[in-house]
Amino acid sequence: MRIIRAFSFLLTLLLVAAVAFLFVAWRSEIPVDEQAASAAHPPELVAKGAQLAAVGNCIACHTVPGKPAFSGGLAVPTPFGTIHSTNITPDPETGIGHWSEAAFERAMREGVDRDGNHLYPAFPYDHFTWVTPEDNKALYAFLMTRQPVKAETPDNSLTFPLEFRPLLAGWKLLFFRKGQLQPDPGQSAEWNRGRYLSEGLGHCGACHTPRNSLGAEDVERHFAGGEAEGWQAYAIDENSKAPVPWDAESLAFYLRNGWHELHGVSRGPMAEVTGNLSLLPDSDIAAISIYVASLMGEPSPERLQKAEQLRAQFGGGRIIQASDSQTPPAPAASDHPGAAIYQAACATCHESGRQQPFGGLNFALSTAVHAPNPQNVVNVTLFGLPPADGKASAVMPGFAAMLTDRQIADLLAYMREQFSDEAAWQDLEAQVANTRSGKYHVAVRPSDGIERAPHNVGAKEE
Amino acid sequence: MAISLKVNGEDKRIDADPATPLLYVLRDDLALNGAKYGCGLGQCGSCMVVVNGEAVLSCMTPVMLMEGREITTVEGLGTIEEPGPLQQAFIEMQAAQCGYCIPGMMMSAHALLRRNANPSDEDIRQALGTNLCRCGTHMRIMAAIRRAGELMQAAGLPAAGEGRTG
Ligand code: FES
Ligand code: FES
Repeated sequence: MRIIRAFSFLLTLLLVAAVAFLFVAWRSEIPVDEQAASAAHPPELVAKGAQLAAVGNCIACHTVPGKPAFSGGLAVPTPFGTIHSTNITPDPETGIGHWSEAAFERAMREGVDRDGNHLYPAFPYDHFTWVTPEDNKALYAFLMTRQPVKAETPDNSLTFPLEFRPLLAGWKLLFFRKGQLQPDPGQSAEWNRGRYLSEGLGHCGACHTPRNSLGAEDVERHFAGGEAEGWQAYAIDENSKAPVPWDAESLAFYLRNGWHELHGVSRGPMAEVTGNLSLLPDSDIAAISIYVASLMGEPSPERLQKAEQLRAQFGGGRIIQASDSQTPPAPAASDHPGAAIYQAACATCHESGRQQPFGGLNFALSTAVHAPNPQNVVNVTLFGLPPADGKASAVMPGFAAMLTDRQIADLLAYMREQFSDEAAWQDLEAQVANTRSGKYHVAVRPSDGIERAPHNVGAKEE
Repeated sequence: MAISLKVNGEDKRIDADPATPLLYVLRDDLALNGAKYGCGLGQCGSCMVVVNGEAVLSCMTPVMLMEGREITTVEGLGTIEEPGPLQQAFIEMQAAQCGYCIPGMMMSAHALLRRNANPSDEDIRQALGTNLCRCGTHMRIMAAIRRAGELMQAAGLPAAGEGRTG
């Protein structure tokens, strides 16, 4: 009898908890708006929305390379399974053609779709919640005036029980704070603008902040370095390993042009970001740079002194000298097994003195060679920097066909030793092997925009 | 240092500094002048050869890494009397203007056709993305590669020149 009573008590408790949870989790449907896709929007608003969509880099996730822009379907690998981005063109059946502005605003602010389903935080609403209503209005106007594309979003494949979306309400309780960003009165208007763009729509932290085991950004380690599509998103706080410390000016140049003479070219997913930012006015680029540079803090005197040397050695105004067929390669600098490979395969470009972005960056300046994890330099060594189509771009051949895993490991170990004071990388050969085989998935695309690039030219897929 | 190489199916021994680019060895020591020096920086593709089935830029490949690997140059695709399918197709389509880029183009195409004898235009553009042509004969090069694929399939070859070149 006692047991039965205890049991029924427990059952009731569970039921109450479940009902309470569903109550918290439940979101209403926002009714279909038949007119949404045909409504007119003022052209200035659409133009503003185009700029904002560029800040948000919406196209990168919501487009399968080579397919129509914003039509979704990109498979986003996460530690919890694969999520597919949705179609955000105004197609009524497969896109957001029936979404009212209120429905769009709610998705941005709360991560809930028009039907009332919770969205996975792969859609960075933890950042987008800070976007102002005026900016959401412009984004909505921009998206609703795109070409509608009929494209069904493939099903997600997530580990059990994550397909059950109400669970996301629990995640949100733990990690999601809805709200507006309050300006910091102690900082300049520019700084505040930069913070709004970087932390909100720009969602820099989605890649540059490490994530915890539940996939949420570790707020204690804001901008301390994360990962995206198989690339390291470097630390952009005081842990930055850039040999010449970034400042607002160099960051602005880099974000504006996609390269900087003392830092090299943007590549991997960052190439999409700098490509997109070309739509932004200089003032916004400057604001982002001022904000991010302020988080990197003042570099130590030793770093500054080292940077001064590097600047003198590699800064502007040097003589550009191309190699020619009569110049024999210089002898290897040491008998490290990677030295001869470096000398023959790398030094011809990387020590030629040709300027960025078309010459190879001297590795004394390279964040990749100084970074704690060698993944980016592994990626570039194997797969190179594929050329853009029909326009000048940085280009580097991949060495996958020429160098074995062991040879690449030797080469990178040599570069680490030669060009940095950092500790040697561990288990390089295995890391190279896993990157080459695709066991560790890396997306490698040409630098000239997402719509043009149907191929991942990196490791074999699947 | 003495190095043994396998080039176009033949064993060769050469004496060279280990860091010498493969391109110099091919041209200066082995008199295989098909591969061309364009930039020496891995940016033009005129020095392309095939190593173990994959396209490789010989201007930046240290010869010491080539021990035990199978190298194919444009000379390995056929002879004047008996041109291979790729060579035949480039002649038929008159794909060369000055011709400087063509051996490199053919070797990139060779690596592609070994994997896929029926490539789409997109596949061809992708595979030849690092091969530059200053004369602008790209459309004919594309046509020649499509034609080579047809010739190979008609001849029942599983892939371009396999067997001959490894
Ligand atoms: S000569 Fe080798 S790529 Fe130009
Ligand atoms: S035919 Fe002259 S460079 Fe291509």
